[in-house]
Amino acid sequence: MTALVRLRPSEAARRPGRIAILGAPNSGKTTLFNALTGHRAKAGNYPGVTVDRREGDLQSRFGADDVRLIDLPGVYSLQPQSEDETVAVRVLEGGFGEPAPEGVVVVVDATTIERGLPLLAEAAALGLPVCVALTMIDELKARHGEIDPKELQEELGVPVVGVVGNRGLGIDDLGALVSSPWDWTASPSLLHGAEARTPEDRFAWARAVLGACRRQAPEPNRWTRRLDRLLLHPIVGSAVFLTFVAFFFQAIFTWATPAMDFLSGLMDGLADQVLATLPDTALTRLMADGVIRGVGAVIVFLPQIVLLFAVILFLEGCGYMARAAFVVDRVMGWVGLEGRCFIALLSSYACAVPGIMATRTIPSPRDRLTTILVAPFATCSARLPVYLLLIAAFIPADPVLGPFTWQGLTLMGLYFLGTAAALLSAAVFKRGLLRGAALPFYLELPPYRLPRPSDIALGVWDRGKLFLRRAGTIILAVSVVLWFLLNLPRRPADPELSVVENQRMVLEGSYAASAGRLLEPVFAPMDFDWRVNVGLVASQAAREVMVATLAQIYAQEGQDEEGLGVLLAGSGEGGTAPLLSRASALALLVYFAFAMQCMSTLAVIRRETGGWRWPAFTFAYMNALAWLGAWLTFVLASAAGA
Amino acid sequence: MDRTLADVADARDGRLLEIAEVTGTGAASRRLREIGFCTGAPVRFLRRAPLGDPAMYELRGALLSLRRSEAQRIRVHRAAP
Ligand SMILES: Nc1nc2c(ncn2[C@@H]2O[C@H](COP(=O)(O)OP(=O)(O)OP(=O)(O)O)[C@@H](O)[C@H]2O)c(=O)[nH]1
Ligand SMILES: [Mg+2]
Repeated sequence: MTALVRLRPSEAARRPGRIAILGAPNSGKTTLFNALTGHRAKAGNYPGVTVDRREGDLQSRFGADDVRLIDLPGVYSLQPQSEDETVAVRVLEGGFGEPAPEGVVVVVDATTIERGLPLLAEAAALGLPVCVALTMIDELKARHGEIDPKELQEELGVPVVGVVGNRGLGIDDLGALVSSPWDWTASPSLLHGAEARTPEDRFAWARAVLGACRRQAPEPNRWTRRLDRLLLHPIVGSAVFLTFVAFFFQAIFTWATPAMDFLSGLMDGLADQVLATLPDTALTRLMADGVIRGVGAVIVFLPQIVLLFAVILFLEGCGYMARAAFVVDRVMGWVGLEGRCFIALLSSYACAVPGIMATRTIPSPRDRLTTILVAPFATCSARLPVYLLLIAAFIPADPVLGPFTWQGLTLMGLYFLGTAAALLSAAVFKRGLLRGAALPFYLELPPYRLPRPSDIALGVWDRGKLFLRRAGTIILAVSVVLWFLLNLPRRPADPELSVVENQRMVLEGSYAASAGRLLEPVFAPMDFDWRVNVGLVASQAAREVMVATLAQIYAQEGQDEEGLGVLLAGSGEGGTAPLLSRASALALLVYFAFAMQCMSTLAVIRRETGGWRWPAFTFAYMNALAWLGAWLTFVLASAAGA
Repeated sequence: MDRTLADVADARDGRLLEIAEVTGTGAASRRLREIGFCTGAPVRFLRRAPLGDPAMYELRGALLSLRRSEAQRIRVHRAAP
C-alpha cells in the first residue's frame, strides 16, 4: 500500500486530512478554529483558555471537504512543561491513537510577531508542512504597525495569511489554503531556522526574518496602559473591583427579579391549569407538583443565570482575568500556589468542571492537584438558585448603603466565603501532604479587548440552553423519582379529612419522610427537619434539586399559593410553622457553600488525577467541612439571636 | 554611560534595559528564555502588582509578569542608546 502511494500519488494520498492549529497562548487559535469549522469552542482573552485538543470539520463553503482541523492548547515551545502543552505536543507527534496531522497552521499574533516566529521554526523542525496565520491584523493597524504578509511569505516560503479571526477577515483565504498542505514548501531561511537548537538562536532567526521584511512595529497599546494604570492601582483598582462586584450581586436581586417573577407566574399558571383541566389522578399531580412546580422552581432562576454568565463572559473576554491573577499572585504565594491557580479558581465560578480542566496550565503537579482539590469551593452557578431562594426568604432587603441591600451583600459574602475556603484549604494542603518547592511563575498579560456583544450573546445563549437542559434532564429525573418517594406508600384517603390534610398524611408517612427522619441525628445539631434532609440527600445529584425538592414538598402540602420563600421563613398567612429558623437557614447556606454535591465534578477529578483516591478524598473532606461549618454557623447565629 | 550589571528585579523605572544573561540551566531558566528573555533582548520594567510582587515587564511588544524570584535570574544592563 505505501509503495503504491509512493509510485502513483492516488486521490487518497492527496487527501488533506487533519490540520493542527498551533500557536502561542492567546494568539487567536480557537477564534480561527471556530471561524473555519463553525464550532463555538470557548475563546477568551487570557492565556490558557483551551486546555484540550478539539477536532472539527472545515465548513464546506471553503470548497474542500475532508479537512479536519484540530484546535490545540497554546504553547510557547515544543518542550512541554505543563499538561496542556503536553497535549498539544502529543497531537503533533501522533499521540492519542491518531496519526500525526498532515499539516500545521502556526498562528502568530501580528502585534507580537517576533515572539510567535520561534514556534514556527520549531514546528518546521518536526518535518510537517507548516503555514502561517497572522492574527490581530486589525490591532496592528490600529497601533500604526505594518507588515506585508506577502513579503513574509516570500522570506519563509510557506503561505502567510493575514486574518482578523473574530470578524472573519481573511478567513476565506485561510480556508482555501488548509486543504492543500502538500503545497506548503519551506524556504531555505525557514529550514535554517528549523535547525536552531536554542531559544536564543530561534529568536535571532526571527529577528533576521523580520529584518528582511519592511515592517513597522506597532506603537504601545495606549488603552491598555491607561486601563492598567487605573485597574492595577492599589487603591483605585481595588475600589473599582469591589464596586463592580457589589453592583453585580445587587443586580442579581434587583434587576433580575421582574424577569424571575414573570417566569414564576408562568409556572404557577401552568401548574394550576394542569390541575384544573386534567382529571385528578396521580399522573396529573405528578405533572403539576413533581414536574412543573419542582423543575419550574429551578427554571425561574434563568434570568440570574443569564446575568451571571454575561458578567463572567465579559470578564473573560476583556482581559481582566490575567490581571486578577497578577494582582492576587502574592496572596497565592502565601498560600503556596501561584497566579495561574487563581485563574483556574476563577473559571470554577461558572462551573467546577471547566475550572478543574483549566488546572492543566499549572506546571507544578502538586500545585495542580492542590488547585483541583479546592476548586469545587468556588461558588458555581448550580449553587446560585439555592442561595437566592434562601437569601430572599431569610435576609431582609433593607438598604445598607446606596443601592446595596443586606441581600446583595450576603450573596457577595457567600462568594467570598467560597474563595476563602478554597484558599485556606489550599494553604493547609500545601503545608501538609502536597508540600513542594514553587516552580517559576510567568504570565502573559493580554491587551484589553472589548468583547463583541454578539460573542457574549452567543455564549450566554449556550449557557442558558445548558441550564435548561440540566433542568430538563437530571433535575427532572430526580424530581420525578422524588415525587414517587414523597407519595408512596399509598394509603386510603380519610373521608373525614380535607384533600390537603390527606396529602399531608401521605407525605408524613412517605418513604422520603422515613429516609429524612433517619438522617435527623446527623443534622439535628443544625435543627434541619426531615424535609431539609430529603433535599440535602437529593441535591447530591445536583445542587439545584434542593430548590425543586422544597417546591414539591410545599406544593404537596397545599401551600403553594404564597411563594416558596415566604413559606420557608414561615411568615405566610397560613400561620404555618417556619421550615427553618434564621439560624438554621444560615447554617444551610454555609453547608451549600462548602459541600461537595456534584457527580460531574467528582468524575472530572477522577479523570484528571487518574483514580478514585482524590475524588473520594475531596468528597469526604468537603462534606465534613460543610457539616462543621454549618454547625458552627448555627451555634454562632443562635447565640447572636438570629 | 553606566552599563553595570543588575538583575531585572531591581529595575525601578521604565528605562530600556538589555538582557545580559539568564542564569541557571533548569527547566525554569529554559522557559524564561523560550518566552523571550534571551541575551540581547530589550526589556522594560512597567509596574509592580499592588501587593509589591510580581512585576510587569514589556518584552518584544508583549506584557509579561514575573515573580521576584524569577526576575532575579535575569541579568540586565542599560541598553546602549
Ligand atoms: N482584535 C482581534 N482580536 C482577536 C483576533 N483573534 C482573536 N482575537 C481575540 O483574542 C483573544 C484570544 O483568542 P482565542 O481564540 O481564545 O486565543 P487562543 O489562541 O485560542 O488562546 P488559548 O486557547 O488560551 O491558547 C480573544 O479575546 C479573541 O476575541 C483578531 O484577529 N483580532
Ligand atoms: Mg484556544
